[in-house]
Amino acid sequence: MKNKTSVLSREGEAQPSRCPDNSAFKQQRLPAWKPQLTIASVLSCFFLTGAFCLTVGVCLVLSANSVREIQIDYSDKCSDCSKLRENSSNWNKECHCSINFTLKEDILGDVFMYYGLQNFYQNHRRYVISRSDAQLLGRNVNIQRSNCAPFSTYRNGTPMAPCGAIANSMFNDTIDLFYNINSSMIQVPLLKTGNSWWTDKNVKFRNPESYNLSSAFAGTARPPYWQKPVYLLDEEDERNNGYVNDDFIIWMRVSAFATFRNLYRRVLRVRRFAEGLPAGNYTFQISYNFPVTRFKGRKHVILSTVVWSGGSNPFLGIAYLVSGTAATLAGFVITGIHLKLRKKKTYFQKQ
Amino acid sequence: MGEHRTHNTAGETPCSLSSGVLGLAWLSGWRGGWDVRVQDFGAVWLQVQGVSGCMGVTGRCVVEEERRVRANAREYNEKFQYASNCIKTSKYNIVTFLPVNLFEQFQEVANTYFLFLLILQLIPQISSLSWFTTIVPLVLVLTITAVKDATDDYFRHKSDNQVNNRQSQVLISGVLQEEQWMNVRVGDIIKLENNQFVAADLLLLSSSEPHGLCYIETAELDGETNMKVRQAIPITAELGSTSQLARFDGEVICEPPNNKLDKFGGTLYWKENKYPLSNQNMLLRGCILRNTEWCFGLVIFAGPDTKLMQNSGRTKFKRTSIDRLMNTLVLWIFGFLVCMGVILAIGNAIWEHEVGVCFQIYLPWDEGVHSAFFSGFLSFWSYIIILNTVVPISLYVSVEVIRLGHSYFINWDKKMYCAKRRTPAEARTTTLNEELGQVEYIFSDKTGTLTQNIMVFSKCSVNGHSYGDVQDMLGHKAELGERPEPVDFSFNPLADPRFQFWDPSLLEAVKLGDLHVHEFFRLLSLCHTVMSEEKSEGELFYKAQSPDEGALVTAARNFGFVFRSRTPKTITVQELGQAITYQLLAILDFNNIRKRMSVIVRSPEGKIRLYCKGADTILLERLHPLNQDLTSITTDHLNEYAGEGLRTLVLAYRDLEESYYKDWSERLHRAGSAPEAREDHLARLYDEVEHDMMLLGATAIEDKLQQGVPETIAILTLANIKIWVLTGDKQETAVNIGYSCKMLTDDMTEVFVVTGHTVLEVREELRKAREKMMDASRSVCNGFYQEKLSSKLTSVLEAIAGEYALVINGHSLAHALEADMEVEFLETACACKAVICCRVTPLQKAQVVELVKKYKKAVTLAIGDGANDVSMIKTAHIGVGISGQEGIQAVLASDYSFSQFKFLQRLLLVHGRWSYLRMCKFLCYFFYKNFAFTMVHFWFGFFCGFSAQTVYDQYFITLYNIVYTSLPVLAMGVFDQDVPEQRSMEYPKLYEPGQLNLLFNKREFFICIAQGIYTSILMFFIPYGVFADATRDDGAQLADYQSFAVTVATSLVIVVSVQIGLDTGFWTAINHFFIWGSLAAYFAILFTMHSDGLFRMFPNQFRFVGNAQNTLAQPTVWLTIALTAVVCIVPVVAFRFLKLDLKPELSDTVRYTQLVRKKQKTQHRCMRHAGRAGSRRSGYAFSHQEGFGELIMSGKNMRLSSLALSSFAPRPSASWIDTLRKKKGCEGSSASSPGGAADKTLRV
Repeated sequence: MKNKTSVLSREGEAQPSRCPDNSAFKQQRLPAWKPQLTIASVLSCFFLTGAFCLTVGVCLVLSANSVREIQIDYSDKCSDCSKLRENSSNWNKECHCSINFTLKEDILGDVFMYYGLQNFYQNHRRYVISRSDAQLLGRNVNIQRSNCAPFSTYRNGTPMAPCGAIANSMFNDTIDLFYNINSSMIQVPLLKTGNSWWTDKNVKFRNPESYNLSSAFAGTARPPYWQKPVYLLDEEDERNNGYVNDDFIIWMRVSAFATFRNLYRRVLRVRRFAEGLPAGNYTFQISYNFPVTRFKGRKHVILSTVVWSGGSNPFLGIAYLVSGTAATLAGFVITGIHLKLRKKKTYFQKQ
Repeated sequence: MGEHRTHNTAGETPCSLSSGVLGLAWLSGWRGGWDVRVQDFGAVWLQVQGVSGCMGVTGRCVVEEERRVRANAREYNEKFQYASNCIKTSKYNIVTFLPVNLFEQFQEVANTYFLFLLILQLIPQISSLSWFTTIVPLVLVLTITAVKDATDDYFRHKSDNQVNNRQSQVLISGVLQEEQWMNVRVGDIIKLENNQFVAADLLLLSSSEPHGLCYIETAELDGETNMKVRQAIPITAELGSTSQLARFDGEVICEPPNNKLDKFGGTLYWKENKYPLSNQNMLLRGCILRNTEWCFGLVIFAGPDTKLMQNSGRTKFKRTSIDRLMNTLVLWIFGFLVCMGVILAIGNAIWEHEVGVCFQIYLPWDEGVHSAFFSGFLSFWSYIIILNTVVPISLYVSVEVIRLGHSYFINWDKKMYCAKRRTPAEARTTTLNEELGQVEYIFSDKTGTLTQNIMVFSKCSVNGHSYGDVQDMLGHKAELGERPEPVDFSFNPLADPRFQFWDPSLLEAVKLGDLHVHEFFRLLSLCHTVMSEEKSEGELFYKAQSPDEGALVTAARNFGFVFRSRTPKTITVQELGQAITYQLLAILDFNNIRKRMSVIVRSPEGKIRLYCKGADTILLERLHPLNQDLTSITTDHLNEYAGEGLRTLVLAYRDLEESYYKDWSERLHRAGSAPEAREDHLARLYDEVEHDMMLLGATAIEDKLQQGVPETIAILTLANIKIWVLTGDKQETAVNIGYSCKMLTDDMTEVFVVTGHTVLEVREELRKAREKMMDASRSVCNGFYQEKLSSKLTSVLEAIAGEYALVINGHSLAHALEADMEVEFLETACACKAVICCRVTPLQKAQVVELVKKYKKAVTLAIGDGANDVSMIKTAHIGVGISGQEGIQAVLASDYSFSQFKFLQRLLLVHGRWSYLRMCKFLCYFFYKNFAFTMVHFWFGFFCGFSAQTVYDQYFITLYNIVYTSLPVLAMGVFDQDVPEQRSMEYPKLYEPGQLNLLFNKREFFICIAQGIYTSILMFFIPYGVFADATRDDGAQLADYQSFAVTVATSLVIVVSVQIGLDTGFWTAINHFFIWGSLAAYFAILFTMHSDGLFRMFPNQFRFVGNAQNTLAQPTVWLTIALTAVVCIVPVVAFRFLKLDLKPELSDTVRYTQLVRKKQKTQHRCMRHAGRAGSRRSGYAFSHQEGFGELIMSGKNMRLSSLALSSFAPRPSASWIDTLRKKKGCEGSSASSPGGAADKTLRV
């Protein structure tokens, strides 16, 4: 063995070398950037962050404050209706109620009308999955195999269109807004289309193809809680009917939390309402169909304007202000600590 | 284990395995020789030991109690169904691979856990996540592992085939036939030729050598490089021809297969006679036949029954401490997971009871769910599924990948490549790398590890004249390049070309015919037990018991006194070209007490002369008074040599009167045949004749240290690593080497030597040592220790001031390792800077390692090169083998191998440190990112009716761990560096955090977890606050679930990417690529997943269509993400900076700069100083064991020389140091220790 090795080493040149490559990668000598937390970089990071956050925070707070918003809880104001709806056998009885309110100032700009629900768990796992996107895409699918149960078919086998708990529980109050001027009531013109995402309206939801809508949905039945079949959701506008109905699309985009608001209508800025909603007395005329008292829910109707950062939500602005302040303060604290320590250090070194 | 049943390799021979061990064991890589690497999992081995043979293998289902083998009777032997000589170490074949491999993989707890999750996910009621979120990573993991296993097994198949197809000559029906190894059966007679491997465990029947002797090399079996002798029993030794052997029909009844290499018991029944058999008659598989033309053997054990195979596979499955910690933490996390599950399940039950019941009009309960309680129960499992990502499957894979990367860096390291031996470093185990950064104790072998085990005849003193100095240069330390040409030995055709000598005057003296010089070399060529082998004319090879002897005989050979051959009665020496045969009258062999050996020869002229060589202390006392002047000069020379760290021997001769010799030899004969106290009688006679000798001179042999050993030891010591040398060598040699490699220095306060023979003595010596250390430290800082004394002894000892060293002898160690003293011993030893254990057996080496492992909870590393180190290498947490040497047993058992001891510092201080650092950073970040990721679900649970709704898209959940966040952290785990490699060598203290376990421990883990939870809280509640009532800038709804999911996911990916950027201290191009690439990949995949096309294809799968472009177009969303990132990261930056500023680890090092520099200066000074100290008299150069002397003389009646493993006998030996001590004591010197003695010598 020994002889062999020594012979080998003498003839070494002829042998393929077992010596590792001298590459930067293999020798772990790759050029590299070695960032370090120095006092300069840390402090600049803190002060810059602080400045940024404060700026953004101020902007956000200012713009959020400029948002005008009116929120009216009507779940109790129509107590008769809510009692009526508690009994599900009255499902086809109509119930109306009206709510008055006064605008002390004009609401200028685009005004949006939302319905808000509280304590409605749209984010419950079984609720979220209870839909068939293929069906909503207008495809003829076997919804028995989807997650729609128990709202997939009737006992006699007729499939529900649309199926699933989400669709079935669709918000079906109708809300109209009237402007009371000189004891006459002018209906505020409201837009019911263009409220949903473009992709939802044009990609995610499609009606089954047929020469007309009612035949497209032939052989299916409306979900049990619905008062009318899906092809009658909007009888006036063909492009807002069936699955591509804006109210339906918006409802189908389930919310993240149990309290949420969905866009219902936009004020059409014409004539008297060209600038927005003028100050004065208004009335909401509500056809109360959607029962919420059973699950201790609340219903709201909301009028609001928007700015670049969305509607009125002070949270983000305040959060930015707080964290900006904290970052700036932390910067000062760190400077203090560092200076104190540096003194100590020099003292130590002198020793 | 049932799957490893039969395997038809040859198509006819069932290759049975008697024990399931081999199923788990594996062999690989027959690198030119017999290098067997077998691994298995310790516990299994032990289990199987008990039921050896009963594996339902080919029907043989009885425990074998004894083995009956009849020669030349295949039918007879077949009925016992012994294992054939075919070995199978591979685990799978093409058909069984998939099922068996999967079965094995699912025995891993982690894999089973994920399988279980997968099954849970298939239950619709609780499946909160699609099945593919688990199956994708699981399949990925299983595939990677399976590919690795398959490659391993392929190589095992290859090596199995190679071994099984080796040729051997088998005697079948009277004719020798070539057969493959695997077709050799028990009971066959096979013929071996010189330099062949032994194919199976054979009973030696006859050989070409007289008396049925044959020589074998067992290096691959037990690592010993010296030759051993085996002998056939006389009755079979006569069977020389094939025809006689074919008629041989003896029957052997012997012990069943076992793993004892040095024991064999059996009986041969032949012709109505019984002949006892012992290990002395056995040739074991794995040996190589040497110096023997041919021999015949009867196969007793074959294949898996052979002792070699039975011995293989003791390797324990090593785990690192981080592994163990990780497993504990994973268990805790499981506990945590269950707790979260329970909390959320209770929440679900309450929610369903309070709210869900009322909400049933819109969302009725599932079929079969009739109560809130049951719903809670289901939700528990749903949450287990969702939250399982706190322990992601990718953790285990990533850890393996990182370790593999580190192993490659070790393999690739050019600075650990030895050009001379052409061996790169090799990480043989890829799972221990980070433990290299935590080593606290190094146990090192001496020979071959610290030293090169190359003995070089470097100087000599003949008749008062010293030869060997390199005259015109700075001394022997001069660099090779500066040296003049070595002496030209071309006049001598028999000279060994490798021998080099630089002093031409010695050769001149030989040529001039200086009689003293002639006699000097004549002695060296006659007085030894070396065997010579002359393959062709002039091509001499010496087989020496010890390299020292080899060096001396080779020196004589080159100077013209060539030892050519020996017979039991003669020695032939070519003296300056003239062959002279001396009659060998007696060999007075070496042993440990005598410390000398002599031969008595009769020259051709008829003069009888005794030649003796031995340790100076012994021999100088036995000289004739006439030698006084010469003695004093020689002693000066000896001191000089010893000062240079050379091993010295004194040579002397004595002329014997014919009559005196006759009388003496008669008495010797009588004593030799005396039944009782033979040894004592012989010793007395030897003593008598070795007297009144004439001094010839002295030799000095350099026991070459490996390159850079002292420097390495110095640096490792600075890194707070304690180095213990465990050697089989004598105390003197070991201490000597200890000094020359600077483990022991003259600066040391004291070197304790423990040589007690009884329990009491050892205990007393240890106690004294401790007391001394305590006294010293008490006097150093009086008041301080007074209070502490009351506390435990250990704590006091650990804070000892002053440097101490402990030298302990094997026989004392045997007592010290006993249960009642081991703690005492350990405490004493650990208080010392250096510990040297000499004359320890391999078993004791392992025991010492075990002891430290047991009580110290420290990471141990054992480094060695020989088979005697195997046990220690396997016992220690990390075993390192020195490769490129003759034996490879140690390398095979090791976890890392390289060819130079000095590479250890690079392995530990650079690779180990980095590995540890990287692994710790990796784990911290990994747990952090998964907690940040998963805990969001927990918070969301409180807002979604505890319904196990996920926050994220399921694809995000699937890909988060394997795509979005895996590569940056892997890159950090593989490439990160905190300080450049030079700094870790400059400041060995940088190694300490690893030893103290500072970078990843339970505390750090909780910090990571806390950070993760903190991040998850912000990650959830900030978007929650924003989304609660928010609308988009176009008035449409913003707070929908999908937008929320995208926002949280995006901010999570950004936050963890920023965090990894903060953690990465070393941004190579790869890190840049991975970090930016991961972010880019996230957005690319996000937009793809949310694209129209995918939705149209699978509308029910890709529900998030259009979400990315709609949500991410909102300034509010980006402001939310930015705020989340700022709030998550800025406090971390603050904490990190403050930690750096207030309790700086880095500036700790900076502060250390001064200290370390100072220390290094002193270190350098003492190195220089010790280099010339010359305070120690060197040990003598001799083998550890008695030589071939008796064997040579008798030719027949040999001693067991194979028992190296058990050769250690606790014989009293007059220690040289003790003698010195006594002398000093007589002189009235106050110094009572070698350390003190050293100082004294220095002053003189």
